[in-house]
Amino acid sequence: MSAPQRDVWADTLVELGGSNHDLLVLDADLATSTKAEKFARAFPDRFLEMGIAEQGMVGTAVGLASLGFVPWLSSFTVFFTHRAVDQVRMSVAQTGANVKIGAAYAGLQLGSAGKTHLDVEDLAIMRAMPGMTVLAPADATECAAIVRWATATPGPMYVRLGREAGPAVFGPDYAFEPRRVIRLREGSDLLLVSTGQQTARTVEAAELLAARGIRAGVIHVPCLKPLDADALAEAAAAVPIVVTTEEHSVLGGLGGLVAEIVTAHEPRRVVRIGIEDTWGESAPNAWLLDRHGLTAERIAERVLGELARGVRRP
Amino acid sequence: MSAQSPAPPGRGPHADLEAIARRGRLLVLESTNAAGAGHVGGPLSAMDLLVALYLRVMRVRPAEPDWEGRDRFVLSKGHSAIGLYTAMALAGYLPVDELATFDQAGSRLQGHPDMTRLPGLDASTGSLGQGISVGVGMALGARLRGLDFHTWVMLGDGELQEGQVWESVQVAAQYGLGNLTVIVDRNGMQQYGWPLRPGEAHRGDRRDPLGEAAVGVALEAFGWRVVEIDGHDFGQIIAAGTAARAAAGGGAPTAILATTVKGQGVSFTSGASAWHARAATADEVAAARAELGEPTP
Repeated sequence: MSAPQRDVWADTLVELGGSNHDLLVLDADLATSTKAEKFARAFPDRFLEMGIAEQGMVGTAVGLASLGFVPWLSSFTVFFTHRAVDQVRMSVAQTGANVKIGAAYAGLQLGSAGKTHLDVEDLAIMRAMPGMTVLAPADATECAAIVRWATATPGPMYVRLGREAGPAVFGPDYAFEPRRVIRLREGSDLLLVSTGQQTARTVEAAELLAARGIRAGVIHVPCLKPLDADALAEAAAAVPIVVTTEEHSVLGGLGGLVAEIVTAHEPRRVVRIGIEDTWGESAPNAWLLDRHGLTAERIAERVLGELARGVRRP
Repeated sequence: MSAQSPAPPGRGPHADLEAIARRGRLLVLESTNAAGAGHVGGPLSAMDLLVALYLRVMRVRPAEPDWEGRDRFVLSKGHSAIGLYTAMALAGYLPVDELATFDQAGSRLQGHPDMTRLPGLDASTGSLGQGISVGVGMALGARLRGLDFHTWVMLGDGELQEGQVWESVQVAAQYGLGNLTVIVDRNGMQQYGWPLRPGEAHRGDRRDPLGEAAVGVALEAFGWRVVEIDGHDFGQIIAAGTAARAAAGGGAPTAILATTVKGQGVSFTSGASAWHARAATADEVAAARAELGEPTP
């Protein structure tokens, strides 16, 4: 297993904070949940508690960034992309402020927090925002690499951070490159495209399909924006059907992104697996993944069903 | 135009600023006339405050807008942008002639301040309530960097209805940001206002965005240093600004509650809520020019 991304985020900032004295963490009173407390203990002078006040926190970060600081923000995904979205939009994205949004508790696996905290729209919202870099690491290794890259690279960034540990996807030689889509598996029968922690389950689904004689390619998209659209279009053009999987609504997230690209090039059928335009609810993580068709088994079943419906060969 | 005699020249210690502010008021009307849009009431209520800040109170170098040691200014009430641009032009940040490009395609002078377009703007604003938070970050950053500049944020009184303002009021007090001063342009009006009360004929009568709220008491309760002034009296503005800077080491942020008149300085805009967001016609510009005693171009 690979460590929870929230811990990896905090540990990486602690590691970077030793030499990067411009690195700050601003928190909206969730430091024990987001693990920002690790940074607070290591660098109390560069940890700035902003209170239960996310809108003010975002604006304050913009002022700090104007003086050359690199502020990372600590709160839950939902409070950035919903409560403080106007602040993220006008004060951060429209000015290009060097503010890094550490969006913890992203995706479906929040530990039964329910629909209020379960943000199924964040990728759609952040992806539509000009100037925003949108990142969703697959595992601990990629998460650490993305946090390092985001800290060193100017500009507004939104980083999805999962709460729970998950399977490792990448080895120690992994290097993050913005825009790049990552081919994890070859296969000519269909292409599976995934992002974030959903990628590990998607690779597992491809293995289940292989056991049934179906060759599924897998591409992981860690950087939804900016994106190498040509690489994705080329990969889609080589298969008869594309299936996207994500811990997010099927509207406007990775599925929307892939559909936009594929329809603009050589159209292929795109099947989007995710939350079907509904809200989340309080339930165990495994139950939610199953309910929304995101376990390896459910993805494989869905693919078999879609293939049985027949596809237009290129 | 005019058979009318120009207004008498100002007397007293701030006659020069008064003359500059009169010119600024006419420039605001001319700019909205050229643009066919814009806000007038707020820029005119804030004009004396802006002129005093840029020409007397703030430590700035208009020819060197990115100077690290400059005081920061954030116009949190971003819809008064043309007032800010005018004060900046009169201070030398941009040519006065450029004010005529306000709101036009390709202009550096956007309808709301866009820091990515115009050097000298320290923040982009327009959605109310956000500028004070950016100012808190600047003041906090100055302390972390050991820089002695002062951060000034101008809010509208209607803007105090935004919850985000009070988030940042608390943070500024918690961190003891004496190097932060908020100036509230208390012109007593907002665009549409609260429901009518008995005896009030129309919404133009709505003169108090804050109702019975004692804003000064509230700010003091949060730990702020509060000063109330006449926002059209240059002596009071400069004294309050000087005192705020002098109090920077005291650990309490300062709020200057400046009582102003919306549309101040021109008879037909003064106190008239219809001028919140409205462009002046050519005839109105001419009438204002005569009233303000400004020469015909």
